[in-house]
Amino acid sequence: MAVAVKPQTIEISADPMVPVPYRVLRVRRETPDTFTLELEALTSAFGHPSPVQTGEGSGVRAFAPGQFNMLYLFGVGEVPISISGDPAQPEVLVHTVRAVGAVTRAICALKRDEIVGVRGPFGSAWPVAEAVGNDIVIVAGGVGLAPLRPAIYHLLNHRHEYGRVALLYGARTPKDMLYKRELSEWRGRFDIQVEVTVDAARPDEWRGNVGVVTTLISRANFDPFHTTALVCGPEVMMRFTILELQKRELRDDQIYISMERNMKCAIGFCGHCQYGPNFVCKDGPVFRFDKVRELFGKREI
Amino acid sequence: MSDEQFIIEGTDFQKLLDALRQQGYTTVGPTVRDGAIVYDEIASVKDLPIGWTDEQDGGRYRLQKRNDQALFGYVVGPHSWKKFLHPPVLSLWKARKNGKSFEILPNRNDSPRYAFIGVRSCELHAIFIQDRVFTNGKFIDPHYQARRQKVFIVAVNCVQAGGTCFCVSMKTGPKATLGFDLALTEIIDGQKHYFVVEVGTEKGAEIIQRVPAKPAQPNDIQIAEERIARAAQQMGRHLDTTDIKNLLYRNLEHPRWDEVATRCLNCANCTMVCPTCFCTTVEDVTDLTGTEAERVRKWDSCFTMDFSYIHGGSVRASAKSRYRQWLTHKLASWIDQFGTSGCVGCGRCITWCPVAIDITEEVRAIRESEQVSKKGE
Ligand SMILES: Cc1cc2nc3c(=O)[nH]c(=O)nc-3n(C[C@H](O)[C@H](O)[C@H](O)COP(=O)(O)OP(=O)(O)OC[C@H]3O[C@@H](n4cnc5c(N)ncnc54)[C@H](O)[C@@H]3O)c2cc1C
Ligand code: SF4
Ligand code: SF4
Ligand code: FES
Repeated sequence: MAVAVKPQTIEISADPMVPVPYRVLRVRRETPDTFTLELEALTSAFGHPSPVQTGEGSGVRAFAPGQFNMLYLFGVGEVPISISGDPAQPEVLVHTVRAVGAVTRAICALKRDEIVGVRGPFGSAWPVAEAVGNDIVIVAGGVGLAPLRPAIYHLLNHRHEYGRVALLYGARTPKDMLYKRELSEWRGRFDIQVEVTVDAARPDEWRGNVGVVTTLISRANFDPFHTTALVCGPEVMMRFTILELQKRELRDDQIYISMERNMKCAIGFCGHCQYGPNFVCKDGPVFRFDKVRELFGKREI
Repeated sequence: MSDEQFIIEGTDFQKLLDALRQQGYTTVGPTVRDGAIVYDEIASVKDLPIGWTDEQDGGRYRLQKRNDQALFGYVVGPHSWKKFLHPPVLSLWKARKNGKSFEILPNRNDSPRYAFIGVRSCELHAIFIQDRVFTNGKFIDPHYQARRQKVFIVAVNCVQAGGTCFCVSMKTGPKATLGFDLALTEIIDGQKHYFVVEVGTEKGAEIIQRVPAKPAQPNDIQIAEERIARAAQQMGRHLDTTDIKNLLYRNLEHPRWDEVATRCLNCANCTMVCPTCFCTTVEDVTDLTGTEAERVRKWDSCFTMDFSYIHGGSVRASAKSRYRQWLTHKLASWIDQFGTSGCVGCGRCITWCPVAIDITEEVRAIRESEQVSKKGE
């Protein structure tokens, strides 16, 4: 006997793979191939609030320093990009992007009022709360300064909560340095030690330090027993930085690094970002070094 | 649920399919195609692989005639149910240009209500494993969830094991113990052909009421149990899982990875046939006019170079590192990630590997060499 049944009604979760449109407010050229974009949510015009959105309906998403978003360019593709703005001002979403391939090139070519899709924020954060009371050493290489800038803003916004703060930054050439104006502003402050170096420079364009960023570590002032180190840059740079920090008697659980892996989803589904048992998109990108020490020492993990 | 079990006669099996279809289910199950048993839509008992069995070994799969008319007299083929719950190609959303902006039109998830006919115990466990991947974390995959919630599962207990099976080692079979709506044990005894049916859910009980079924006698249940126990004795492969996670973590630089890399073709077959492998990539495309865009999700494999590509090159550039990633993910890091093994012992990766690489053999080689070197210390 045929009995028709009503199809079950099921509450389906919103799709975390659906981006939310943001408008480009401003584009600033940092270096010949790197641009900083300021974005603003467009949720009022297009009603698909992201499931990971906080601050219901406002389109404003709080983020923690070190987190990243997936940026989608219409029809071109989607890539993970760290948030490089001030966590105290989440209304404006800031990203610093280096053009290295199809998607990042297209992002860098965006103009004011154009639209980019955003999913996020995703991932783990720099331990700015855990580090309260400590000296802080920040070591950045190249575009690695971008994911660290929100942490720097946070430290400066809450300066009295921390001990000494040192920022050590290395770029390939003077032309490749990000945030030049801010760097010189920070250098002018008495409450943060800023050391900058370049791998190579012509004498007429640069009178500062020449050499890899690790050469700056011996100059940083900190008390090894009460210090937190935040490190971001290419993997080799992080490797040598860790060795230098260890020489200055930092323990592995005082050092934090940010890892980069291929990412196709940022939500733990695509498998691309696996790093041993970790998913860099959700367990990282920021890792306390002792938690990944075994993997970090091995090739092609 | 009552513990009551039922008997459905072989000649009434069609009525079970009919009952499910009348309830609005799309019935999918095993059928013979291109010399293999695959899963596809079935409407009639005649679509089932009646009288066929599969002979399997490393790199070898062959269908053979049985000397009876069993409907489920084979083990597992190259397909798994993941192709229905986690489709190989899926449109996630479309977008339409709108002046300078664009509008996103999410996929509505109007997938069929599937009834899976003939799910083996290892395959049930594979579904539980993918449930953990897609529906148990901070984020939920709505596409998987929509399909999964609607599915009706008719499990079939194995009464014979395949040449590459090792579900006993992985504690995933051969008897379906949970997660099914109905579980059948097919019994052929001389002229008699019937199914002993266990009911797992309310939904299962409702279906049973629509099919000619009589209560099973203790003797029927005992025969079924004996046949399943016999399958457990016939496992083609064995994998010692003692401390397997640490064994593999300790041996990430074992020379065996170099050795297996000389044989592995990096064809990715093992990841495609595996019922738990879940990795995907996405493709963002536009139409010719550039006004419509779409994001399509596709199965991907950790055996490809692109999989781990970041600016400057692939993280896993060597064949060795890719095989190591696959095996250590299945048997070690999966445990840290999801609290279970990523392998259910179905044997597909062994059978469908063109060069007969055998996951159980690779682990054994690493374990034994470690023991030898320990003794040598
Ligand atoms: C957590 C995280 C944060 C990041 N933050 C920034 C940032 O703030 N600024 C910035 O400029 N870049 C950042 N990157 C790197 C950026 O994602 C890549 O440069 C970008 O994916 C390259 O894509 P493409 O299409 O332009 O290049 P292509 O080389 O054409 O990309 C091809 C494929 O490789 C992938 N890919 C290539 N390079 C990388 C890479 N380095 N990391 C991950 N996937 C890659 C792409 O997703 C794509 O699948 C970050 C990466 C990660 C994982
Ligand atoms: S790894 Fe091989 S045996 Fe294990 S579940 Fe996957 S295909 Fe089956
Ligand atoms: S192990 Fe076998 S099936 Fe898997 S990629 Fe290598 S050759 Fe292909
Ligand atoms: S980026 Fe997809 S799992 Fe991490």
